[in-house]
Amino acid sequence: MQDITIHVIDRNGKKHSIAAPTDMAMNVMEIIRSYELAPEGTIGICGGMAMCASCQCYVNSKHMLNVMEDDEEAMLSEAFNVKENSRLSCQIPISEILHELEIELAPES
Amino acid sequence: MITTDILIIGAGPTGLFTVFEAGLLKLKCHLIDALPQPGGQCSELYPKKPIYDIPGFPEILAGDLTSNLLEQGKQFQPGFTLGERAETIETLEDGSFIVTTNKGTQHHAPIIAIAGGLGSFEPRKPQLENIDIYEDNGLAYFIKDPEVYRDKKVVIAGGGDSALDWSIFLANVASEVTLVHRRNEFRGALDSVERVQELKLLNKINIITPAEITGLHGDEKIEGVSVTKDGVTQVLDADAFIPLFGLSPKLGPIGDWGLEIEKNAIKVDTVDYQTNIPGIYAIGDVNTYEGKLKLILCGFHEATLMCQSAYKRLNPGKKFVLKYTTVSGINGFDGTRKESPKAVVKAIL
Repeated sequence: MQDITIHVIDRNGKKHSIAAPTDMAMNVMEIIRSYELAPEGTIGICGGMAMCASCQCYVNSKHMLNVMEDDEEAMLSEAFNVKENSRLSCQIPISEILHELEIELAPES
Repeated sequence: MITTDILIIGAGPTGLFTVFEAGLLKLKCHLIDALPQPGGQCSELYPKKPIYDIPGFPEILAGDLTSNLLEQGKQFQPGFTLGERAETIETLEDGSFIVTTNKGTQHHAPIIAIAGGLGSFEPRKPQLENIDIYEDNGLAYFIKDPEVYRDKKVVIAGGGDSALDWSIFLANVASEVTLVHRRNEFRGALDSVERVQELKLLNKINIITPAEITGLHGDEKIEGVSVTKDGVTQVLDADAFIPLFGLSPKLGPIGDWGLEIEKNAIKVDTVDYQTNIPGIYAIGDVNTYEGKLKLILCGFHEATLMCQSAYKRLNPGKKFVLKYTTVSGINGFDGTRKESPKAVVKAIL
């Protein structure tokens, strides 16, 4: 299976275009961690259970993403720096439809 | 003063399993945890979630894993200091340590095992200018004594259970309660949401949604807060501001103990998971080394090796060899003994 490309703007404003596998059941938070685009301990702290907001990102591209579930929405309603296009990147599974997705990491809080 | 052989900071799965491994080596453990119950994240964050990668358990709920670990270690009679955060450490001349909690409880041990996971859970602070100067001057992240708010004007921010519950409670204590939340929907137990609704109709609680607190005012203490709704900002008179945005884990005071920190975790030597300070070990999610994986099963392995090293440190020169529980059974500190029944072998004639 072919990798897709995801564009990530890190917390310093730098854009990275990274290859993400679609056959490893990964989510966007995990691929960001695997490329170390944010320091360990500042992203994905809860491990991907939508229980912290450390992986919050803003979705800049117009991709149709999976619908937010209750726990993600609850966490985002308590988080800081939330915008209209905020998502928890741990709740976005990587699949072919995300090719060329562009996201920006929310500030650390 | 509490004295023990191994003082474990953090009562999550790794800390709890350390009790068992230490017990096999006749070392007694005491655990400190900031949370009021043992289990760490497993019981605080996801007790009902199944875990699939505990060896030998195809599926186990995090809460059940905690119960099993407590059961597994109970004959080694661990002590617990719960609901207190390990704050300071002092090294004595003999190389042993005194760890004092935020409530002043002192613990003395020759070995420290930091099994603090993600760290201690601290309140999430909103990003507001000068917020620090108002902390404990009208601004509180926890409500310790509700009487402090008697006949005061209180503004609470947040949309979860604690924001709802405290609004309900303080409605009968404070002179005025205003609840501010960024969304129109609140996320809490149904009866709490309904109760807040009733109190709103009775004019006991003011609700401002969707809105955010955008500024704090007052000379040295809270006298007012700015609330922004639909782009319009108004200043509310307030004697107290209580932001309730949940908890997030922070390494906390342990970060100031002189330990080598890398990637927000404590660097250890993989020979025995000892830190740069002899006698202080770090095991489980709190440590880091090349190839580190933050898995419960790795924490168990680290705890096991760490206990062997601690034993050697405490008993220099004493010969010891790893024993198998299948061979030697378990002798509890409480006088109990577990062993496998001896099979009777009869000659076949």
